[in-house]
Amino acid sequence: MGTEVIVAENLKKYFGAFTAVNDVSFHILPGSCFGILGPNGAGKTTTIKMIYGFSPLSSGSLKVFGMDIKTKAREIKSRIGVCQQENTLDPDLTVLQNFAVFARYFNIPADTAGKRALEMLQFLALEQKKQARVAELSGGMVRRLVIARALINKPDLLILDEPTTGLDPQSRHQVWERIERLKAQGMTILLTTHYMDEAARLCDSLLIMDKGKILAQGSPRSLISEYIGSHIIEIAERSEGIAVFVRENNWRCEDLGHRLIIYAQNSHEIYREIDLKFPEENSLLRSATLEDVFLKLTGRELKE
Amino acid sequence: MKIDITGRFIAVWQRNLTVYRESWKINFMPPLLEPLFYLAAFGIGFSGLIGSVRYGDMEVSYVSFIAPALIAVNIMNNSFFENTFASFVRMYYQKTFDAMMATPLTVAEIITGEIVWGATKAAIATTIMMIVIGFFGLLNYTAAPLIILIAFLGGMAFGSTGMIFTASVKTIELFNLPVFLFITPMFLFSGTFFPLANLPWWAQYLALALPLTHLTNVLRGLNFGQYNADVFAGICYLLLFNAVVFPVALRKMKRRLIK
Ligand SMILES: Nc1ncnc2c1ncn2[C@@H]1O[C@H](COP(=O)(O)OP(=O)(O)OP(=O)(O)O)[C@@H](O)[C@H]1O
Ligand SMILES: [Mg+2]
Repeated sequence: MGTEVIVAENLKKYFGAFTAVNDVSFHILPGSCFGILGPNGAGKTTTIKMIYGFSPLSSGSLKVFGMDIKTKAREIKSRIGVCQQENTLDPDLTVLQNFAVFARYFNIPADTAGKRALEMLQFLALEQKKQARVAELSGGMVRRLVIARALINKPDLLILDEPTTGLDPQSRHQVWERIERLKAQGMTILLTTHYMDEAARLCDSLLIMDKGKILAQGSPRSLISEYIGSHIIEIAERSEGIAVFVRENNWRCEDLGHRLIIYAQNSHEIYREIDLKFPEENSLLRSATLEDVFLKLTGRELKE
Repeated sequence: MKIDITGRFIAVWQRNLTVYRESWKINFMPPLLEPLFYLAAFGIGFSGLIGSVRYGDMEVSYVSFIAPALIAVNIMNNSFFENTFASFVRMYYQKTFDAMMATPLTVAEIITGEIVWGATKAAIATTIMMIVIGFFGLLNYTAAPLIILIAFLGGMAFGSTGMIFTASVKTIELFNLPVFLFITPMFLFSGTFFPLANLPWWAQYLALALPLTHLTNVLRGLNFGQYNADVFAGICYLLLFNAVVFPVALRKMKRRLIK
């Protein structure tokens, strides 16, 4: 497979005195799906804007396809497809015109672009809307259309900034399935998301960041086992007695007042012990998820 | 400054042309009707009061005096409004430039495409106006191709100027300021509706600083078949004006868009 698609070393981005991205480094392997997670304002969009040549780096070094973004931006951008966080479709134009206009920015000949547009519309189940004006489309269709448009240049790297935000469950699953198909074709994918199930399902490798800094990096599985363990115990409407018991045993726990969460490698034993001692308590042993990792690392308070 | 403009800017120009063609019937209306209104109002309403005007060593009718000025004003309005209000809507509300910046286009190409489009729109409007003016028997047909070229040159000048404001304003309402302070006074005091010689000497010098004065001079000279010093000086002025405002527009837009 050869060299990394992205090699980012110590990326920093300042807006005036504010540091939006602070010393972020990561590598992305060809054909993999890499996810960036983080609360609102974490710096996800700012990070990927540097990758697709929208924002210059304040410092650090960034190579995409082995080329330096500072000197080869145009070559790099011609091989990337981008679905930006905000809708940037052209409301003055129809769906097909949007593709035709966009293809010209990549110097794609008109007939190739026309064929490709139809393929991509079909791929995202939008072909019946090809003559519609963008303003007539639902939010979910708009989002799928932006993804379809990002594929017009057959990109080697597809960048998706919150591709499924605002989609209903059906569209979300459909988009996931399409992303998986693209990956199967060997496309490298970089995505940001607020949905942990999405990240767990699609991403081979993840980066969790907050306030511009990386908190953790790894595969979804390794992050879960490293930071949480395989299972966690949740006790809803916890009594004072059980809280004292957990504290006395020195188990790693998070006390949210009415809810108590216990993290431990030997969670099955602990669960049995609790169940024996407090049978009337509403306790639950469940598999740990990426969401547990995320909340543990970034905290439960609101960010913005 | 590094030059990062290739022929790709045409793709941006074509995007605007595509939108323009969608509603060409509405877009053709103003340049068709405006000269009709002006020529009817001034030709019928004013000519009794004014009769003829001196131009060089010629006596010319009032309507033939203002006809080229109407073209000049139209060039100014078309390109200035295209690269202020319309460009701002694309940049700020529709995020059209954001989408373009994720493609191989550079910001310089995006803005060049926008300004060249504004100038093209001015040239299209000029062509339509010339047909109407020709219908009134007020057009010098041999000068027509040159007038279209000048329309493009003038369009570049006013479009670039508009783009400088677009790079600077926070909200779209703020464009009323340059319109009020820049466009309206030029419309009135650039030798458009009365000869500059009617102004006091200091105001004449002031008027000579304005681009619309020179654009009007050039078009009037061409339309009367007088290839005089005013025409030559006017073309030089417009070229020089472009050489200053166009790079400034690019630089200011880069600063606005690249964050
Ligand atoms: N152009 C800008 N000028 C000033 N500050 C900015 C600019 N762009 C982003 N920021 C700030 O940088 C921080 C990171 O923003 P960014 O958009 O990267 O966050 P994000 O992780 O994508 O958040 P979200 O999940 O809400 O999309 C925020 O505090 C934001 O206000
Ligand atoms: Mg974001």
